[in-house]
Amino acid sequence: MPVIQYREAIRLALAEELTRDPNVVVLGEEVAQFHGAYKVTEGLLEKFGPKRIVDTPISEAGFIGMGIGSSMLGIRPVMELMFWSFYSVAFDQILNNAANVRYMSGGQIHCPIVIRGPANGGTNVGATHSHTPENVLANHPGVKVVVPSTPYDAKGLLKSAIRDNDPVFFLENTVLYGDKGEVPSDDYVIPLGKADVKREGKDLTIVTYGRPVIQSLAAANILQQEHNISVEIVDLRSIRPLDMDTVLASVRKTHRVLIVEEQKPFCGVGAQISHMIQSEAFDELDGPIERLCTIDAPAIYSPPVETEQLPNPQRILKAVVEMLD
Amino acid sequence: MSKKTSDTASQSDTATVKSGHAGAPVNSSLSTDQKVGLYRLMVRIRRFEERSLRAYQAKKIGGFLHLYIGQEAVAVGCCSLMGKNDHVITAYRDHGHAIAVGMELNPLMAELYGKITGCSKGKGGSMHFFDPSRNYWGGHGIVGGQVPLGTGLAYGLKYKGLKGACMTFMGDGAVNQGAVHEAYNLAALWSLPVIFVIENNGYSMGTSQARSSAGELAKRAEGYGMAWGTCDGHDLYEVRSVMAKFLEEARNNCKPAVVEIRTYRYRGHSVADPDNTYRAKAEIEDYRKTKDPIEVFQNILLGEKVLDAALIEKIDTEARAESDLSADFAEASPFPTAADLQKDVYWEADNPSQRKSEGRLFFN
Repeated sequence: MPVIQYREAIRLALAEELTRDPNVVVLGEEVAQFHGAYKVTEGLLEKFGPKRIVDTPISEAGFIGMGIGSSMLGIRPVMELMFWSFYSVAFDQILNNAANVRYMSGGQIHCPIVIRGPANGGTNVGATHSHTPENVLANHPGVKVVVPSTPYDAKGLLKSAIRDNDPVFFLENTVLYGDKGEVPSDDYVIPLGKADVKREGKDLTIVTYGRPVIQSLAAANILQQEHNISVEIVDLRSIRPLDMDTVLASVRKTHRVLIVEEQKPFCGVGAQISHMIQSEAFDELDGPIERLCTIDAPAIYSPPVETEQLPNPQRILKAVVEMLD
Repeated sequence: MSKKTSDTASQSDTATVKSGHAGAPVNSSLSTDQKVGLYRLMVRIRRFEERSLRAYQAKKIGGFLHLYIGQEAVAVGCCSLMGKNDHVITAYRDHGHAIAVGMELNPLMAELYGKITGCSKGKGGSMHFFDPSRNYWGGHGIVGGQVPLGTGLAYGLKYKGLKGACMTFMGDGAVNQGAVHEAYNLAALWSLPVIFVIENNGYSMGTSQARSSAGELAKRAEGYGMAWGTCDGHDLYEVRSVMAKFLEEARNNCKPAVVEIRTYRYRGHSVADPDNTYRAKAEIEDYRKTKDPIEVFQNILLGEKVLDAALIEKIDTEARAESDLSADFAEASPFPTAADLQKDVYWEADNPSQRKSEGRLFFN
């Protein structure tokens, strides 16, 4: 099986869907001639031409809104935000228009758009460029929110997202773009809303998504080798829709839960997951559900301290050991 | 509502006038029936809105009610030019456009009443009328927020190779929103078939144009290299004549434009507003007496011998009756139920046999 980068997996998904459906069009800042700020779309302009791969001005409210309008007419735009952090200048278009138009029209209109781009800290770019808005986005009924952690997942989930008839917000990670993994070259899709057990274990469940999946896997290996602790890791992959069945099955197996997320703690995704676990599997728990989040401050620039602010394998390891003490 | 000042039928004996635009091909080619039809549309919009105002005052309607009374010639003039591939999107003062594109009064009044028989099943309300089957894309509540969407409809038309245009309406208050300027730039940059129609009624809520906007509104198009124009929105013939030219350029040559149509609203920004702090009653009365778009067109058509007093009376009576019936329909219709709350949220949830995703879409 080919081993490719996370960014290449996304590019393959785009190329396959562009080939499959003439209504798919890729728009965003620097996606065409520049080959993408993170080289995700490299080569697509040459292959598909300027009608399908479109450079936009730095004008997020304008071009995202335009994409939403075109999707109402049956175009399937895949719009790149250079950083998801820039969603704030297009907030009205994304969360008033795309999220609500189906409802406000009594189901007469739908918006088959995908908005994708990186949403993460860890690259020392300061607070304005390090937002992780999956909780804010998922708070809006009508939208879907996907956060892939591996190249395999990124390709299969993006293909599903592009074929979806509801607005899908696809949150990638600049730190993961160079990560490699096995990705089949065939036309596979991964359904949205299906979690994946990335590691089997028996002592404790880590519920997580995005880059912290990779960090949790690293911590789990050390925990197994040095502490004889067997950790199960559930990768949500999709925040909304949400696969609680897989989460609850793991809780019933291990009876202890740590939620790890690259989110600020207050009203984060983990708060919702935690609530649902205690509500639906209270008797299965042998202890309180714990959360490990980004330390609650705007993203710091200072490189060594930002590493400490975010989830990392050392923090995860320490949290698990403390829970099982 | 003062019946006297709003009663156009009673004014049918006023002196006849002529429009300088009657001879424009788009107007001179109209049949008698078509002219009567345009007149009837304006009367139906006004009677519908007067009836909705009474319902609002009777507390049958919640939220806001932004009335279009006084601006009817704009929506009717513009929408009467629509071809098969032409589209319309507007802001929250959206009743007139809905009727002008051909929507029936019953689902509109029912929507105002919050009933399941409403055009948006009672989920949108006054500001959110939609009918994509008539190329009518709403009905949007956030000032200027619909303008990028209209630009996207134009982008979709061009992408699909369809010969059409999107008329993207906004009020004069919208022109200072950033999203509007971003849309202007994209439309001009990519030659999209969109006409940005500024319905300038002089006031963005309670702030006059002089107190809110620098320069000439439509002229801002020059900064983007776009064509622009202005017209008198009290004269339906002029609206049609001016818009027809811009629409042809958009449809045939993908040329976007900004057109400012000067108009006036008689009612407050929304009917709940006091409307006595920022303009003089005399100003409103002056517009009613000298520039009322229905009276202006009525007098033109009297001059053309298209209308006579009997026909004016008949049209008015029918429009009143139709509006009353729409209120009866709305009153008799059921409200949506709590079970309807989570319908029309996700396409997938409404089409379960075609659902591909898994997991929970809704949360407690």
